[in-house]
Amino acid sequence: MSNPAESLYNIRILDEFADKKSIIHDVHPLMKVLTTGAYLLVTVSFSNYELSGMLPLIFYPVIIMTLADIPMVPVFKRVLLALPLIIGIGLFNPIYDKSPMLVLPWITISGGWVSFFAILIKGFLTILAALILIATTGMTRIASALRTIRIPGVFIIQLLLTYRYIAVLVEEAGRVVRAYSLRSAGEKGIKFRDWGSLTGHLLIRSIERAQRVYRSMCCRGFTGEYHTGREKGIGIGDILYFAGWSLSFVIIRYFNIPEMIGWVMMGVRR
Amino acid sequence: MHMADALLSPAVGGTMWAVTAGVAAYSIKKVQNELDEQKIPLMGVVGAFVFAAQMINFTIPGTGSSGHLGGGMLLAILLGPYAGFLTMASVLVIQALFFADGGLLALGCNIFNLGFYTCFIAYPLIYKLIIRKGYSTGRIFAGSLLAAIVGLQLGAFSVVLETLFSGITELPFSTFVLLMQPIHLAIGLVEGLVTAAVVAFIWKARPEIIEKAASGEKLGGLPLKKVLAGLAIVAIITGGVFSWFASTYPDGLEWSMLNTSGKEELEAPDGIHQTLASIQEKIAFLPDYSFKKVSTDAPETEEAWPAVNAGTSVSGLIGGAMTLLLAAITGLIIRSIKKREKASAV
Repeated sequence: MSNPAESLYNIRILDEFADKKSIIHDVHPLMKVLTTGAYLLVTVSFSNYELSGMLPLIFYPVIIMTLADIPMVPVFKRVLLALPLIIGIGLFNPIYDKSPMLVLPWITISGGWVSFFAILIKGFLTILAALILIATTGMTRIASALRTIRIPGVFIIQLLLTYRYIAVLVEEAGRVVRAYSLRSAGEKGIKFRDWGSLTGHLLIRSIERAQRVYRSMCCRGFTGEYHTGREKGIGIGDILYFAGWSLSFVIIRYFNIPEMIGWVMMGVRR
Repeated sequence: MHMADALLSPAVGGTMWAVTAGVAAYSIKKVQNELDEQKIPLMGVVGAFVFAAQMINFTIPGTGSSGHLGGGMLLAILLGPYAGFLTMASVLVIQALFFADGGLLALGCNIFNLGFYTCFIAYPLIYKLIIRKGYSTGRIFAGSLLAAIVGLQLGAFSVVLETLFSGITELPFSTFVLLMQPIHLAIGLVEGLVTAAVVAFIWKARPEIIEKAASGEKLGGLPLKKVLAGLAIVAIITGGVFSWFASTYPDGLEWSMLNTSGKEELEAPDGIHQTLASIQEKIAFLPDYSFKKVSTDAPETEEAWPAVNAGTSVSGLIGGAMTLLLAAITGLIIRSIKKREKASAV
């Protein structure tokens, strides 16, 4: 996230996805937020060793991404960028947990490796779910969903303003840093003696910008309330969307579907 | 530093969500009471500033490497604790949504770790204490540096606790702490120095910005006891509820043993395996959110999900309670410092 141009591109590409039209985009944002929440809860509720049971959860992102016409490659790329931390912590499991778990004829896999892969899969699915939410809903509609559940307006205005001004200020910061680097050949970053003045100038300019923003908001009748526009009401389809997904998640959680399939395939009865 | 969803259990994630929502609701109330509309766009723009400033590479003198700004401490100093906390929260919401930087379930943890300690512990207890005799470059540096370091150390320790209570990693407590705290000492040092440099610069260029933020933001008038009691109740309730969602299968390891060998326990040969197993048993902090069961002969297959299991709930409560205990201890420290301050003033 350290490259300004890259992070702006990241925000814009997700915004563009959110502007598309599809059956998923049409679902009420609140239901999408709730469905994402249910998905995350079910995903992380799998224990470290239930590797096979959690696999059917991948159906959710696959179905949504297909229905919403969201390309896989750019989204998967973002997921991969976020995985290193999870890998870093997860890799300790194979070191500390060496008890044998899967004894196959040619190899014995330790519990640590099983749990490592479980963490990896959970990481992949949870990150994907968050990206899918924003890519099919967009920030403004998520904010209006929050407003529906009576999250105070102060927080929502503030959230939307932060979001709105990130593009402006990241660009400005990018220009400042570029100008600095052009004048200081060979330096990789900002020198210690310039830490305060460079960042401070940017901050003062930001504060002055905030004052101008406030004045122009007042000119347009700002009274402390933010209107997100009229969101269509929650229809029966929206409720079915949430209920259907939640039911599937619970089924996936409760029945180890891959294992059942395995039994059937091998003709073994439990 | 950002917690990820995959490292959390539903109980810990849910509890921290509830605690953070409590702190946020209180902060919103305080900000609304101040009735300073002008602060709303200021919060938005300064939040975006922190976001932008996080992308600036600061060269660390004497080393080849560079560091970044986190921004929690700077937000508290510029906006006061309540608005600072809310602004940090929205920066983290955007990071979680657009950059997958910390997940949505982990958002409660991340806002608490990066916002609560800086805005409600380090800012009032360290920064304001050092600054109370008036501003000077030296005091600004000492206050910001110390506050940023302490804030990050507490945050890092929280990450360790949250991860361990979730029971996802096999990493022993001591190793994890020894890994996290020194790294965050270095990160805190850079964070503190950048914050100090910026605040000192602004104080010289536009002193009113810094002084205005600091005035009228006393934590002394805050009914701390009530707030803490409220948080405790919320955390305990949600800890109990969410831990029902924790796995109700027999301990994953035993369960897979059952499937692979038909026995719930492998007959451990002896020697190294047994030693390892006993070490692991000691290390594992409340594994699977349940009391260590006396092993029964019949495999558990009939437990419904989500099952209301007393043992599971109790350990969920313990997880929430431990974090709150930390908050309570810090609360007590606040009080004793406040008292001492008052006594010395008289």
